[in-house]
Amino acid sequence: MSAASRVFSPFTTGLAQLGACGIFLLQTLRAVPRSLRYFRETVRQVFFVGAMSLVIIMTCGLFVGMVLGLQLYHTLSIFGGTAALGTVVALSLYRELGPVVTALLFAGRAGTSITAEIGLMRATDQLDAMEMMAVDPLAYVVAPRFLAGIIAMPLLACVFNALGILGAHLVGVNWLGLDNGTFWSNMTANVDVWDDVINGVWKSTAFGAVCTLIATFQGYTAPPTSEGVAYATTRTVVFSSIATLAIDFIMTAFLM
Amino acid sequence: MAKRQSFQIGTGAFIALGFAALGYLATQTTSLANYRQGASYDVKARFTNIGQLKLRAPVKVAGVRIGSVSDIKLEPDKLDALVTLSIDQHYDKIPDDSAASVFTSGLLGDQYVALNPGGSPDALKNGDEVVLTQSSMQLEELIGKYLVGQGDAGKAGDKTAKPETAPNDKGVQPNDKK
Repeated sequence: MSAASRVFSPFTTGLAQLGACGIFLLQTLRAVPRSLRYFRETVRQVFFVGAMSLVIIMTCGLFVGMVLGLQLYHTLSIFGGTAALGTVVALSLYRELGPVVTALLFAGRAGTSITAEIGLMRATDQLDAMEMMAVDPLAYVVAPRFLAGIIAMPLLACVFNALGILGAHLVGVNWLGLDNGTFWSNMTANVDVWDDVINGVWKSTAFGAVCTLIATFQGYTAPPTSEGVAYATTRTVVFSSIATLAIDFIMTAFLM
Repeated sequence: MAKRQSFQIGTGAFIALGFAALGYLATQTTSLANYRQGASYDVKARFTNIGQLKLRAPVKVAGVRIGSVSDIKLEPDKLDALVTLSIDQHYDKIPDDSAASVFTSGLLGDQYVALNPGGSPDALKNGDEVVLTQSSMQLEELIGKYLVGQGDAGKAGDKTAKPETAPNDKGVQPNDKK
């Protein structure tokens, strides 16, 4: 009995976590209408998870675009296809790199702070205090952060993409001497609004929901110790990254 | 109060920036950027084969984009492709004996319609038809011709049997020659 439970306990623990996370998602969704009363809190969270992440997102977007431009220029020049640089950069950014890298950065920048904040609220009994004052912590603490993640992530991904295109333009046109008109006309001829740009927006919306769900869940259920909060923060980054990449594959398979 | 307002302004600025980026991506870097908003006039052209020409493909004169393909239909009785070209009203001095051809940009790029200006004093008007047309070059056809032609020049005895043993081959050229 004890040997079997030791073998299976990682699986059962994982399953239990998954189930608890699912129930937590349903509870959060049910708390969303009630959280509209605290609309200002949602706005504040959009500021914290979105506007405060702009610097890292913009810097990384610029560098990702620049490195894409550099790498693809050299690879494409082997086939004499450097004219396609704009198209390839735009498609890879809009469809994959923009949403995914933004979600990974978001998990590291905003997800961790959400987990640590809620975990410390739990550890210092603030959540219990709210309940005693008849304030539902799900509606006041969790749901605004969840909504803020869903709102902020697509916008951050769009900013990331725009900066990425700018970076690729900088390297391809200003530095490596590709023709400006070729760069843009090839891009505009081959990139579609719905298939590429909006497709990426859907993806990043889903990533925003998943990343903030994991972050709030880990914080909400963190053991009320400093060690527990530390582990919860780590798990947020690990689980968010895995979930982002796994969901990216599934969504690509369905949206293609 | 002052603090609350600062984060509200920050949030508003962030959301505005995000939507500005989305608008920029959607309108400047996609096929939407190719939409002509200005007035245009329609000209028809018949091709026996348009290859991979698609709707909204560019129409060019001397390599400069002057409009786009707005409609592609098959004429039921003549079995020709009837292509409607929407040309920017700005370019209203294209001679009516100009020739339209379907070309490919680069070796494997997208196809477009090129107008080669003629010498007529009259200009193309809305509803006119471009009479002189040249169909798209089919790469497979060219390769087929090249391969078969090469074979005929090389070993004649060997080659004559080959197209007949492969009836689903697209190289119909030998039959025409006989």
